[in-house]
Amino acid sequence: MLSIKDLSVAFKTRKGEVNAVRGISLNLSKGETLGIVGESGSGKSVTSYALMRILDAGGEIRTGDVTYGGIDLRAASEKDMRDIRGREISMIFQNPRAALNPIRRVGRQVEDVLIRHAQATRQDAKAKAIAALEAVKINDAAARYEAYPFELSGGMCQRIVIAIALACKPQLLIADEPTTGLDITTQKAVMDLVGDLAKERGMGMILITHDLGLASQYCDRIVVMKDGLIVEEGEPGRMFTEPNHAYTRKLVDATPRLGASIRSLLPPEARRPEPTHKVHARPLLEVRDLVKTYPGKSGPVQAVKGISFDINAGQSLGLVGESGSGKSTTSEMIVRLQDPTSGNILFDGHDIASTPSAHFMRHAARRDIQMVFQDATDSLNPRGTAASAIAEPLARIEGMRGTKLAARVSDLADLVGLPQSLLSRFPHQLSGGQKARVGIARAIALEPKLLILDEPTAALDVSIQALVLNLLVDLRAYMGMSYLFVSHDLNVVRLLCDKVLVMKQGEIVDHGPTATVMDKPSNPYTRTLIEAAPQPPEPVAA
Amino acid sequence: MSPRSKMILGRVAQAIPVVMGVVVISFLLTRALPGDPAAYFAGPAADEASIAEIREALGLDKSLFQQFFFYVGDLVRGDLGTSLTTGQTVTSDLAARLPASLELTLVALLLSCAIAIPLGVLAATRPGTWVDHLCRVLVTAGVSMPTFFTGIALIYVFYYIAGLAPSPLGRLDFIYLSPQHVTGFYLIDAALAGDLETWIAALKQLILPATTLALFTLAPIARMTRAAMLSALSADFIRTARAAGLGSRKILYGYAFRNALLPVVTTLGMVFSFTLGANVLVEKVFAWPGIGSYAVEALVVSDYAAVQGFVLAMALLFVVLNLIIDIAYALIDPRIGLK
Repeated sequence: MLSIKDLSVAFKTRKGEVNAVRGISLNLSKGETLGIVGESGSGKSVTSYALMRILDAGGEIRTGDVTYGGIDLRAASEKDMRDIRGREISMIFQNPRAALNPIRRVGRQVEDVLIRHAQATRQDAKAKAIAALEAVKINDAAARYEAYPFELSGGMCQRIVIAIALACKPQLLIADEPTTGLDITTQKAVMDLVGDLAKERGMGMILITHDLGLASQYCDRIVVMKDGLIVEEGEPGRMFTEPNHAYTRKLVDATPRLGASIRSLLPPEARRPEPTHKVHARPLLEVRDLVKTYPGKSGPVQAVKGISFDINAGQSLGLVGESGSGKSTTSEMIVRLQDPTSGNILFDGHDIASTPSAHFMRHAARRDIQMVFQDATDSLNPRGTAASAIAEPLARIEGMRGTKLAARVSDLADLVGLPQSLLSRFPHQLSGGQKARVGIARAIALEPKLLILDEPTAALDVSIQALVLNLLVDLRAYMGMSYLFVSHDLNVVRLLCDKVLVMKQGEIVDHGPTATVMDKPSNPYTRTLIEAAPQPPEPVAA
Repeated sequence: MSPRSKMILGRVAQAIPVVMGVVVISFLLTRALPGDPAAYFAGPAADEASIAEIREALGLDKSLFQQFFFYVGDLVRGDLGTSLTTGQTVTSDLAARLPASLELTLVALLLSCAIAIPLGVLAATRPGTWVDHLCRVLVTAGVSMPTFFTGIALIYVFYYIAGLAPSPLGRLDFIYLSPQHVTGFYLIDAALAGDLETWIAALKQLILPATTLALFTLAPIARMTRAAMLSALSADFIRTARAAGLGSRKILYGYAFRNALLPVVTTLGMVFSFTLGANVLVEKVFAWPGIGSYAVEALVVSDYAAVQGFVLAMALLFVVLNLIIDIAYALIDPRIGLK
């Protein structure tokens, strides 16, 4: 149905031309689901934009043929392309809330597509739009028709985007990272919905993702892309068990999964023995009846409903939950960036919740509780160098100056594996993994006893995530820190943490040693979460 | 009560302390001005006794606190005092002159928007092309020339050489009678009276000063429209719309432009305020009986009542203007006004 031959795409940039896609060929038959897997910069999304001919300004198809059902998409006029888009080939995107017009009712956005492709008239558009919303299993579609994107959840917005894409019953759906940023259970619901609809309508699908596990679960065939080239193509099962290309092997290794160890995420040649960290019996952090209430539009909202737990010295605790579970609020209260409504936080036996967060900067425990933030880019001052970011806590809290400070910054860079030459760079000159290392170096600069990690690898490619997770394991053993690891990714928590807390709607619903909670889940909600996470096939030992 | 009307009431309530502050500050500032109005109005030949007499008549011999007390008392009764220069009450002066300025400013802004917004949209859809460059040159030229110069140049070309425009002497040529006062806007009053001839005459008088002001305000509106359109066009939802095969017209106007309107409306509000304050030069050049020239004349002679009245009227106008902008926001963007 779709055939791409020797496609190459180049972008004109200020620094000259960038070849994003460098001669790839692939075929898709009717009703087949093809996965395109690759890390950022691999050209996987550009490939799909090229075949839809919606490349950003400056992008151009250089060579190659793209044929869809006998039509030459590269030669087709813009007018013909507009008829094909949305009616023959549709696309869904990541970040669904941004993918919808923020100031237009979602039902109207569905109508726009129906009317454009003459699938509805002004008279019956509303009824057909509601039917299209019902087709993506939106409850109470007539009421949702009137909603604006900001009034809907991320998962609901993605359903609307799918409704727009599928309203005109296209033959091919391109899903570009459709579940990035969505909760694990929402991811499963969205992927199941798309998969079922594709099967029902005999629709072909291209799933573009960085998640090899997700692709292997939903695709008939996978191609792996790297630097604008296809490095490997094959069945998902075979890809995992006997990857041919070294890069595929690296990706397979780096994908966290059941049975993996933290070191097995790394390429075989980099696997040093895993250091053990010592867990003491003495509690470092004791949280008692912690409550956080926000004033809401319709009465106060309880984000955290009286939770209690301990972290022993040297212990790593995983805090797992979906968005709205209160896990971020909890971690912000412990790191003392937010004040609890009531309850106690005992750190080394002293109540630190009694000092307001505005004054906590001068508290003696400030240096002992530090945080690594979720977004490595946004949490760095764009006008400050890597060195100044790492030096900040040392200068502010320790009062370190001059050569002593420079020497300490340089030591810290070595400790987190950041090359010295990068210290003078600004955040925009660093890669995602390098920025993550800067964030970690800043957090451990004062040798804290407790490090709070808020989804520190969520925005990173899997191979970079593998490196960062291993770095965290090394640092923990070396410095004897306790971790509070906040994450939605259970496979990552399993690798890193001694103990797990599962939160749902502000309450702890499950807790215990990682092995017990994750491998023999007794709690139904924990089981739902574990089952929703894609489980890639187990690779053969290297 | 709906959330929106609650928001509007809230904004009006927020304006009350602002207006009170303006009353106090305008009172103190006018008193701080150099010059003695009593001496000025007594004339150069007056002796000490007659100056003191006038000072007493004006109430200026009282303490500052007492003067303020009387001023506020008058204000509460809606009495802004009497202008010493015109001999009229400040209320009637403002009622006659404020519509003249507003009419000029509004027409100028309408004209400016009619040119700048399409120009900005065009420039944004074709960045780097000749349209974009033309837009940049035009708006830079407009904002670079002082309004009194543009005004005089326009008068020279269209009145003196071409003879197309009427003599630049106020709102209406002397052969016409001003239309019956309803709103104070000659275009509206003439239309209400059904007097086409007067309407055209008023419009003719208005065109040159309005064009002068419009040229000056093109730049911020066009630049902001261009920037807002560029950022709206690069948004994710535009990609979704393109991928769904929507036509370019629908994408441009239905999707991008409505989202770009918010910053444009903000800019419009700012431009309106500075134009209203800055059009005194245009009013002088075209002998336009507006509020700007009135205020400057009053300021020169320390005509306290007139200056205070002017400042207060402007403050109230800005409160109303900000309210209109907030309401426009809420109408454009459903996310606002419900939080």
